[in-house]
Amino acid sequence: MKVKYFAWVRERVGIAEETVEPPADVRTVNDLIGWLSGRGETYAYAFEKPKIIRAAIDHSHVKPEAAISGAREIAFFPPMTGG
Amino acid sequence: MSVTATIRIQEADFDVAQEIAALTKGRTDVGAVVSFSGICRGDENGEAIAALTLEHYPGMAEAEIGRHADEALSRWPLQGLTVIHRFGRIAPGENIVLVVTASSHRQAAFEAAEFLMDYLKTNAPFWKREESRKGASWIEARDHDDAAAARWTKS
Repeated sequence: MKVKYFAWVRERVGIAEETVEPPADVRTVNDLIGWLSGRGETYAYAFEKPKIIRAAIDHSHVKPEAAISGAREIAFFPPMTGG
Repeated sequence: MSVTATIRIQEADFDVAQEIAALTKGRTDVGAVVSFSGICRGDENGEAIAALTLEHYPGMAEAEIGRHADEALSRWPLQGLTVIHRFGRIAPGENIVLVVTASSHRQAAFEAAEFLMDYLKTNAPFWKREESRKGASWIEARDHDDAAAARWTKS
């Protein structure tokens, strides 16, 4: 699946997007945050406060407990400040 | 007659008067038009800023605004709806966002415009970064914006 990062999450991770293949026991958005955090210091820094990170699956907002199976694109970003 | 919202996510500026005219031109059933323009302020928390840079999530920005526009069209009797949100570098005094609602009567136009702006603030995937003398930093989300959006949730 494709993972995208925006705003300071993108800056901290150091890349805007990548393709990842998490193991089968990574089932939810929260699981994916935990798994990504273990991939290196930049990820651990980006996700150090997982509760403030927002997520979207295939362009729709989702909660941390949302299942990721079948997702084509998952995005992580800070609370939005548009408008 | 079904109404389709016009939604544009663009780097270029827009003309407020032209967008209002586009919703009313040649028709006599519109009795009220409300427009809200969000404009870049020259200061943030008392600190002068040189500019804002808006990052957005292409694809999701259109989809998310489209979902809220559809909800507005289903909740209020609107005859026209336009939402424009800019991205990129925006200097103080420049337009950031525009919502225009047209209806037979003012209440629907006012309420739908406010509903859309409250949701744009908290749910549309845009992030503002400010440039000041101290450097560049991301603007933090405000709790009162969440509260403003929450009041439209149907119980």
